[in-house]
Amino acid sequence: MATTDVVPRESAGGMGHKRIVNDMSIQVATVNGSGSQSSNTVLLRSIFQMGVPVSGKNMFPSNIAGLPTWYTIRANKNGYIGRKKEIDFLVAMNPETAQEDTLSLAPGASVLYDDPLKLDKLRDDLVFYSVPYDKIVAAVCPEAKLRKLVKNMVYVGVVANLLTIEMAEVEKAIRKQFAKKVKAANLNLAAAQAGFDYAKANLQKRGAFYIERMNATAGKIIIDGNSAAALGCMFAGCTVVTWYPITPSSSLVETMIEYMKEYRIGPDGKATFAIVQAEDELAAIGMVIGAGWAGARSMTATAGPGISLMSEFAGLAYYVEVPGVIWDIQRVGPSTGLPTRTSQGDILSTAFLSHGDTKNIMLFPCSVTECFTMAPEAFNLAEQFQTLVFVMSDLDLGMNNWMSDPFEYPTTPINRGKVLGKEDLDRLGGFARYKDVDGDGIGYRTLPGTIHPAAAYFARGSGHNEKAQYSERADDFENNMERLNRKFETARSFVPRPEITKGNNAKIGIIGFGTSHWGITESRDQLREEYAIETDYLRLRAYPFTREVHEFIEQHDRIYLVEQNRDAQMLTLLKLDLKPELTTRLRSIAHITGLPLDARSITDELTSMEGK
Amino acid sequence: MGTTTVEPGAAAPGSSGPKTNRIGLTVMDYKGGKTTLCAGCGHNAISERIVESMYEMGVQPEFLIKPSGIGCSSKTPAYFMNRSHSFNAVHGRMPSVATGALLANRRLVCIGVSGDGDTASIGIGQFVHLMRRNLPIIYIIEDNGVYGLTKGQFSATADLGSKLKSGVLNDLPPIDTCALAIQLGATLVGRSFSGDKRQLSAMLKAAIAHKGTVMLDVVSPCVTFNDHEGSTKSYKYVKEHEETLQDVSFVPHFEDIDVEYDPGSTVEVTMHDGSRLHLRKLEEDFDPTNKIRALTRLTEAHEKGEVLTGVFYVNPEAPSFIDMLNVVDQPLATLPDSMTRPGKEVLDAVMEELR
Repeated sequence: MATTDVVPRESAGGMGHKRIVNDMSIQVATVNGSGSQSSNTVLLRSIFQMGVPVSGKNMFPSNIAGLPTWYTIRANKNGYIGRKKEIDFLVAMNPETAQEDTLSLAPGASVLYDDPLKLDKLRDDLVFYSVPYDKIVAAVCPEAKLRKLVKNMVYVGVVANLLTIEMAEVEKAIRKQFAKKVKAANLNLAAAQAGFDYAKANLQKRGAFYIERMNATAGKIIIDGNSAAALGCMFAGCTVVTWYPITPSSSLVETMIEYMKEYRIGPDGKATFAIVQAEDELAAIGMVIGAGWAGARSMTATAGPGISLMSEFAGLAYYVEVPGVIWDIQRVGPSTGLPTRTSQGDILSTAFLSHGDTKNIMLFPCSVTECFTMAPEAFNLAEQFQTLVFVMSDLDLGMNNWMSDPFEYPTTPINRGKVLGKEDLDRLGGFARYKDVDGDGIGYRTLPGTIHPAAAYFARGSGHNEKAQYSERADDFENNMERLNRKFETARSFVPRPEITKGNNAKIGIIGFGTSHWGITESRDQLREEYAIETDYLRLRAYPFTREVHEFIEQHDRIYLVEQNRDAQMLTLLKLDLKPELTTRLRSIAHITGLPLDARSITDELTSMEGK
Repeated sequence: MGTTTVEPGAAAPGSSGPKTNRIGLTVMDYKGGKTTLCAGCGHNAISERIVESMYEMGVQPEFLIKPSGIGCSSKTPAYFMNRSHSFNAVHGRMPSVATGALLANRRLVCIGVSGDGDTASIGIGQFVHLMRRNLPIIYIIEDNGVYGLTKGQFSATADLGSKLKSGVLNDLPPIDTCALAIQLGATLVGRSFSGDKRQLSAMLKAAIAHKGTVMLDVVSPCVTFNDHEGSTKSYKYVKEHEETLQDVSFVPHFEDIDVEYDPGSTVEVTMHDGSRLHLRKLEEDFDPTNKIRALTRLTEAHEKGEVLTGVFYVNPEAPSFIDMLNVVDQPLATLPDSMTRPGKEVLDAVMEELR
């Protein structure tokens, strides 16, 4: 099966001899469209409510119903919430994949399966539990057509019993999940309880894995990155959203619609925003640019194929100097690729999206918190620099549930950038749209609707001079392009700075960004504990690269650049920025499976390159 | 609409000095730069009509935006109304840019200038979706059936059998942008001819008064690449084959004029702002409020080889896209932070739900 690799473990936790507490990866294999999402969320929340750090990752097909889907919950007392390569506890609900799923487990893992699947014949180095789901569900759910959905809640009860998750927490999670639907909550609770009771009466716990109450999640929230981004954009003062549905970005705008309808309606019942579903991504970005030109805080959300379609317009925005925010929730390309798998594969194409010498600002959120905080930062940068800002999230961050501290209310004021109003024009008498008045490469703009005879300028994608007049003159073109470059250089000092974590006198540096962060953090501990390798770590948060990035590379003998694409795109981008003698220090750890990057893969590759 | 805004301090109409319109501006305040198109190009005549009608309607120039696509037609916003913001965007995608701008500021008046290639070929996707939304925009196609800037290839509005200068015959049927616009939901649709001053002016003024999508296809001969014998978009051909549905006249709401008309022979349409559009019928059974009749008549025109002009369809009552979005009355672009950033209590409440 596709989601795990077999990794032999020296100390298989097996057969009841060992106790492994609050450190496991549970995988639930189901058929998509069977309602397992609710069950899995309940399981995740139950563990979370017991105070154990937890994350959930959905590996789903590009399909509505009938294909295999896997949901992996990782509970870890040390707070490692990136993907773990090995599966410790398999809940096999899908006959299609059950055999392969079971065969790919490492010795010592547990398997909970539907009785008719008879998986226990496959191997003798695993712990098997079988449950007659149909019998149990028939007893608690009289309505036959609901049984398929309720069946999945039975395994929640069984797992709770086997992993010592408290039923009171399961009940609380079910009540939260079904909120106002009391009848559905009761039915699901009965199913979970029936599973719990069955396990208690019939199954003997032999596996090594236990959940025990701790206190590491108090006050924390669970949210997915797209919802966090939606909230961030609402608090960023976004006023125009235009979009075209595409996995994995759709939920960003859909969640935003819900929040905006609730919290951004004026006292007269009218909206302080406009959200429009466009006919395609070209129209979506065209509208973003039109709105940005006319002064709105405008945005769209998309994924790789949408980014490709937006290419021509991106160059227009760069050259005409129009603000806008584009969320790229990256998925696997090229082409349609794997629409429901994660990657960091749009880095190079987005950095230079469009023809000619186009360069774009990018931000790299690694967490749900940064999805929230980078939203107002992106809008401020877009308006300050009068250009598009791409926020490079990914499917793993955008669509999966993450544990986080609650978000803090934004304290940075909304910055609308250099905009001249009527009074300014009265004072100045006029203005030249593309003149570098302040030496930072950023001109002053006016908005349509500014009542002043000198307010208007001619925005055009064709060659223009400082006054925005049509020009094919070589000097006008060159001066303008040099000024645009100056503006991009100015941006280096204003984009979010990298986050640097020091080891102990490390000679090795790791550079990463986005969701690779979670694997890297855990891998650094593995490197220290298992190989005595000390590393320093720089997490990139923006392009153009800031001064700190260059300094970090200068300070280390070897730099491992960790990313989730084939061609080492960020490394390539960084090379363009570095002094030639520094480029030889860069080594690539690139990961392209479409699954979130796990710590072990990084550790293995890094130690291998270090000759360990 | 910006048509009723009077700039404070402007010279009052009727005071001594140059002639001014109802908001105290002279026709010079509506002028653009010098045209760089070919002498005799139909597009220049259209620009002149736009200047006149905007001046006569008293549109505040700063409230007008003039987005355009790419091509000869799309260059023309540089040749009218310098006091208005322009956006010469990318080929065939002006509708989305215009839509965004109007979402940002609902008070703007928008005249989007496109050509037949920019609309019917590369831009047909955005065109059809614009027509569906009834966005308050005046969409003008300066239609010469040919690509001028790339030196004379056929566009998708070229008629079947029309001949290029090189002698090549067009063997594909034309897209009738008016028929498409009517079918898809535009609420004021007509065709005119760049050489017909009176009709085009009246239609442009009605367009300014209309609140919804106006689609005007203005046949505008290309003197350099498509004005020869065998072309169906030449001055000569249009003059010989033009069939006019109505005698179009327009009475603005601010002019207190009683116009006598015969209800039997003239259709009067009251526009959103109270202006009146008078359509004196030249074809007895044509009704510009009947979509089906309009589409039938357009199909007949193709079969007969007519260049049919006039107001094909008008519906001043349909809600505009901006109304349907139920946005606040102020421009979204300049809302104060207090209206666009919810308070801390909102974030606290959302965080509580997520615990």
